[in-house]
Amino acid sequence: MKVRVTITLKAGVLDPQGKAIEGALRGLGFAGIDGARQGKIIDLSLAETNPDKARTAVADMCDKLLANTVIENYDIAILG
Amino acid sequence: MRSAVVLFPGSNRDHDMVKALHSVTGVKPTVVWHQDASLPDVDLIVLPGGFSYGDYLRCGAIAARSPAMLDVARKAKAGVRVLGVCNGFQILTEAGLLPGALMRNAHLRFVCKEVKLEVTNNTTDFTRAYARGEVIRCPVAHHDGNYFADPETLGRLEGEGRVAFRYAEGTNPNGSINDIAGILNEAGNVLGMMPHPENLIEALHGGLDGRGLFESVVQAVAA
Repeated sequence: MKVRVTITLKAGVLDPQGKAIEGALRGLGFAGIDGARQGKIIDLSLAETNPDKARTAVADMCDKLLANTVIENYDIAILG
Repeated sequence: MRSAVVLFPGSNRDHDMVKALHSVTGVKPTVVWHQDASLPDVDLIVLPGGFSYGDYLRCGAIAARSPAMLDVARKAKAGVRVLGVCNGFQILTEAGLLPGALMRNAHLRFVCKEVKLEVTNNTTDFTRAYARGEVIRCPVAHHDGNYFADPETLGRLEGEGRVAFRYAEGTNPNGSINDIAGILNEAGNVLGMMPHPENLIEALHGGLDGRGLFESVVQAVAA
């Protein structure tokens, strides 16, 4: 089973890399950008075939390692 | 005083730390490999600076889950003093031994320079050899030293005197909230700091300002 974890910074946490991206896009002449936030995607291949069990296992992985829940949120998507 | 330095793949300030501890305590510290599940009985455990695991995932995140860190957590809970410098500070926050997180420097640049540190609390096991409010010189060298904590955590740190060091006015090199350079855990036996006191130990370094931190621990152990 393929599972995608998307990790993003929590609202209110300063994202200097997102700010730099936003500035660079403006510098290229792209108009109407109200903000840019950078995150990361981790794709996992699991032996588990039950989506609910996979989701529970990946949530545990996120809490223990993949995300720092002090500053980050995570989202789990079952890709099939 | 007995001490141990934990070595991770990618640590690079361990030699400086070993020399500093040897110089101040008179006893050579034990170097412990991160895969060792059990540390020796010592008075101080140090997590040195560097780039453990190449800063993959997040700075300190993977090192924080190593077998040695599980024992560091156990020993910290039992009251053993733990010092984390730079990457060591990042590892301590990732391991949950200190609150908050260290984010990318606000200006996005690696910073390598000398800053001035205010000794905000001189009643700790790590700062008792300094005067309260004393301003010392200390080098910093990091890309991710921008300390962040939510308002509630920050209020507790400030209210409980757990900010040990602050960047002196105008020298905050990374955008750290409240100019925080070093913090303590609730019990006061775990200190994390971004600056490198181990690099101002000998006259040849150009100053002795960092010695006070190690002398403080020696005094605390003897007390």
